[in-house]
Amino acid sequence: MRITCPICGARDSREFSYRGAALALQRPAPDAGDDAWADYVHLRENPAGDTRELWYHEGGCGAWIVVTRNTVTHEVRSAELAAEVAR
Amino acid sequence: MRVNGKGLIDRSAPVGFTFDGVRYDGFEGDTVASALLANDIRLVGRSFKYHRPRGVLTAGSEEPNALITVGRGAEAEPNTRATVQEVFEGLEAVSQNRWPSLGLDLMAVNDLAAPFLGAGFYYKTFMWPRAFWEKLYEPVIRRAAGLGALSGLPNTDRYERAWAHCDLLVIGAGPAGLMAALVAARAGLDVILADEDARMGGRLLAETHAVAGKPGHGWVAEVLAELSSMENVRLMPRTTVTGAYDGGTYGALERVGHHRPRDDARRPRECFWRIVTRRAILCAGAIERPVAFRNNDRPGVMTAGAVRAYLNRWGVAPGRTVTVFGNNDDAHRTARDLVAAGVHVAAVIDSRPGVTLEGFRVISGAEVCNASGAKALESITIRHQGREEKIATDCLAMSGGWNPSVHLTCHMNGRPTWAGDILSFVPSPGAIPGMDVAGACNGAFSTAACLREGAEAALRAAEALGKRAAMPDLPLAEDDPYRIAPLWHVPGKGRAWLDFQNDVTVKDVKQAAVENFRSVEHMKRYTTQGMATDQGKNSNVAALAVLADATGRGIPETGTTTFRPPYVPVSIAAMGAGAEGPGFAPQRFTTSHKAATERGAPMIEAGLWYRPSYFPAPGETTWRQACDREVAMVRNAVGICDVSTLGKIDIQGPDAAQLLDFVYTNTFSTLAQGRVRYGLMLREDGFVMDDGTTARLGEQHYVMTTTTAAAGLVMKHLEFVHQCLRPDWDLSMISVTEAWAQFAVAGPKSRELLNGLLDQPIDDATWPFMSCGKIAVQGIEGRLFRISFSGEHAYEIAVPARYGDSLFRLLVARAEGMGGGLYGMEALNVLRIEKGHITHAEIHGRTTAFDIGMGRMVSQKKDCIGKTMSERPGLMDPERERLVGLRPVGAVRQILAGAHLFNEGDAAVRVNDQGYVTSTCFSPTLGDTLALAFLKRGPERYGEKVRMVDHARGVETLCEVVNPVFFDPEGGRVRG
Amino acid sequence: MVELIAKSACDGLLPKTIGSLTLSEAAPEAITSVTPFRGQEAAVSEALKAQIGAAWPAPNRMTGRAGARVVFSGRGQAFVLGPRIAPIAGAALSDQTDAWASVELSGTGAADALARLVPIDLRPGVFRQGHCARTLIFHMPGLVMHTGQDRYGLMVFRSMARTLVHDLESAMEAIAARG
Repeated sequence: MRITCPICGARDSREFSYRGAALALQRPAPDAGDDAWADYVHLRENPAGDTRELWYHEGGCGAWIVVTRNTVTHEVRSAELAAEVAR
Repeated sequence: MRVNGKGLIDRSAPVGFTFDGVRYDGFEGDTVASALLANDIRLVGRSFKYHRPRGVLTAGSEEPNALITVGRGAEAEPNTRATVQEVFEGLEAVSQNRWPSLGLDLMAVNDLAAPFLGAGFYYKTFMWPRAFWEKLYEPVIRRAAGLGALSGLPNTDRYERAWAHCDLLVIGAGPAGLMAALVAARAGLDVILADEDARMGGRLLAETHAVAGKPGHGWVAEVLAELSSMENVRLMPRTTVTGAYDGGTYGALERVGHHRPRDDARRPRECFWRIVTRRAILCAGAIERPVAFRNNDRPGVMTAGAVRAYLNRWGVAPGRTVTVFGNNDDAHRTARDLVAAGVHVAAVIDSRPGVTLEGFRVISGAEVCNASGAKALESITIRHQGREEKIATDCLAMSGGWNPSVHLTCHMNGRPTWAGDILSFVPSPGAIPGMDVAGACNGAFSTAACLREGAEAALRAAEALGKRAAMPDLPLAEDDPYRIAPLWHVPGKGRAWLDFQNDVTVKDVKQAAVENFRSVEHMKRYTTQGMATDQGKNSNVAALAVLADATGRGIPETGTTTFRPPYVPVSIAAMGAGAEGPGFAPQRFTTSHKAATERGAPMIEAGLWYRPSYFPAPGETTWRQACDREVAMVRNAVGICDVSTLGKIDIQGPDAAQLLDFVYTNTFSTLAQGRVRYGLMLREDGFVMDDGTTARLGEQHYVMTTTTAAAGLVMKHLEFVHQCLRPDWDLSMISVTEAWAQFAVAGPKSRELLNGLLDQPIDDATWPFMSCGKIAVQGIEGRLFRISFSGEHAYEIAVPARYGDSLFRLLVARAEGMGGGLYGMEALNVLRIEKGHITHAEIHGRTTAFDIGMGRMVSQKKDCIGKTMSERPGLMDPERERLVGLRPVGAVRQILAGAHLFNEGDAAVRVNDQGYVTSTCFSPTLGDTLALAFLKRGPERYGEKVRMVDHARGVETLCEVVNPVFFDPEGGRVRG
Repeated sequence: MVELIAKSACDGLLPKTIGSLTLSEAAPEAITSVTPFRGQEAAVSEALKAQIGAAWPAPNRMTGRAGARVVFSGRGQAFVLGPRIAPIAGAALSDQTDAWASVELSGTGAADALARLVPIDLRPGVFRQGHCARTLIFHMPGLVMHTGQDRYGLMVFRSMARTLVHDLESAMEAIAARG
């Protein structure tokens, strides 16, 4: 599998480490309540199709990246800098 | 038998090799299979289950029968296909799966028991009694079955892995692949042409067809000459592309050393390539399938295409009187080539009626229904118009048609499509993104069609990559139609083989259907058809045709099993090449490593780092003696320990303080410059992630220390928090772990020692506990931190790493002059347990700040990572297992980490569990065993007694629950 | 009085020549990481030009020349390989001189040897002279620089110097033994 790092270009997946759903970008406010926090920390969708995931270019430039990937075809559709998505 | 004037072998270069200890001669260009056939060796192996005598069936990597072991001792390589192994001077090959010898195999008794050993025999027979499974059945079955044996010795051979990148990967160098590579290369694409054969050309080397008016191999040589002269072409012979993966990545196995003597120990045997390409063209050709008839596995029965290949490429006639049996026109070529070469063809048996040919006897509308001869074929029986006839022959060339090699197109979930005209499967278009298919693997069997499809696929690839390419004038080549009629198996009594390698017969497949294993996937697993190392290359299509027939369905409806990588067996050694011994993982060495090893310190691995366990002194015979001495040294004088492995992260910028406040539970924005503070870091789920000290070097400049184990994890976490949660904060982070050599100088005499070294002496007023700042040693600028993990008056001194070895030796010499010296990880551990300091033994991922007695460190004045979740009632429950100290009070003075705790009087069973021990040591300072543990309501239970029970090691003792800070609980010593 | 003696990261390990390839230590005078703060990229580039005559590099690129290079070293970060530089307003600087083991692999087939360890596309037409990459060197995160014809600079964390030499030596031997 290959991921196109928005900074470094297309690289083999072994340069990256995986974190999980890009939902991690949407940290609730401290007072958002138990449900919001339980959803944020524990609950994840498991779709057959496109997912948005966080990858870290650990063996590369150190960027956190939001990767849109299809779990059925394995196609990597896009990769964006998490810092820009989060802004 | 060699045939004069035939073959592409080099008759001027004879090569001697041995098979089962007997010396034979071959020529340069021979495989073991061709050389054995040239020497009239027919029996080369025994089958997996029935130990049936077997000979060479094919001429390629799909060979199921002719498996040999090459080399001896640690160098022995079992299950090598004799059809792929090239001969070289001194090659030693032996046959497999026979005892005591290939000719007399006592296990062949299995063949007599065959009526009982059919599909499902093992499942049905070895069910009861259950106790026999592991002790009796499995060992006996394993001994009887099997292929080659491993030597059991460590593999001393080298293997390698490598990466290659290109615009276009062409898989297979037959007519389609060569044409594709040529057109693409001329258009300027970076091309890799990979072929599993030692010699490129594919079937053009095995046929007598002319291409562009010259012999096929002559055209091949011309194309290869042009390709090898081009800078943008990389030819990779002996390289099998084994798998197609996501993103245009392909796996390929190159045989680097198998075809030559081991004259250089550094040369790898194999190289496993990852080829990353923008486009690929599969030109993998086709594999001929056998026809199932009674005893069709006799040595001497071969595929027709293989017989032709041995004749035309290797100049070998696999028999003196050859018969040909087939259901298609291609089989006739074998007869024609043999006759033209002067080899006697006894008959051509064609299952189709009305076939007439000249030059030999043709029996049309007939079938071969039996083969005779024990260790070599002697005759066949044919059935024709209701009558049977026996024909004497020592070689039968059979053809049930050709199966396109669709395998790689199915590696990403693709399913092939049934093509009724060729009675086989062809690739479904677009099955692998970026891969095109051309030639015989696409069902185009004539040479002209292969050349055309190869060129067309190359044009498509060039266009997709934005290059202009022109359709070349295609060389003139045969364009014969491929006519075929269905013939999967010849009905009759006895066993007719489908899967030669796993001994699966037509009867077995039918039996599976009868027992309702109707799905092709179920049939495969019930019969083991297709599960041997050839992965069903020779048998899949025929087996599912038989299944389709037995279940009354069509072949397309029956479907195929799933083709998975690798296409051919790949040794684990090649896939994992380099990752053994010192290459297994990076080894990280501190600057004091050399000095430490010179003193005989045994090293322990801490993550990737190597750290000294202890420093044995003369006369000490156990680690405990050294450890006790080192602990006493620190408590009474001064000790030196390399702490460079702790992670150090340099954090600068306007928002640096804000970030620290957000990732630590406590506050760092209020920390004064020149001061150090202990910090605790949580995961977002509220559990402890790591701890360490952070120093403020300037208004916007901090250096954070992490534990050795979590350095990488914390860096990643900080980057996550910054980039993903607080992208607007302006700050910079970089690891400076490796820039500094940092040593703990701990003990009552630590300042005295430092003052003998530092350019400017220090005192308590300017360097109080938890202060930091710049220092210099002989003009070399460094940093000094007054922090303590041991609980003593202590410092950590850091200098640029290049001076680490030198400073370390100086510090040690000074310490030794003051009654101190080096201490290692064992002493470090004792010192911290005495002080109740935690490590990852305690913050192991399931403990909270509350559990370790640091609940109040979670600031109520600000948000931080993990704060909200750490306040969940379940994580603040007083009933939780919380950190305590333990001291033994019974006769047994031993406490073991991992042991569980129970109330006195309770049975030591799970439901009564009260907690567990995380760290223990013998404390020379206090003269007793100490332990840190997690105990329900722990801090409320000081003074109580609990039972420690270690069921695994059979140790039990009674302990008193105490404050985890065993030594100097007031902390007076750190302040010196 | 005492004297501190400096030892390089690859002390006692290099140089090595195997076949057509030579591996030698190539530590720059200093390595300084530079991270511009928000909105300061242009100013930092000017400051670098003024100090060492090389501008801020694009990703996967280096500027300057041997002895005074600015090398892309990560997201929003570059290394100055050359003389020690003075503080730059608007950027975080960190002294990385001792944090790295720096070696040079040179000779015919250098890219082939690197292809045993490095997953990126090293074809000379793709990874040209003046290009660099943060990538893996076998199991290690590192920095690869194409510094000249058949000439590559490689950097990994200092503590991994021995593994770097081991891994490169294996690759060089395999290339040499293919003959």
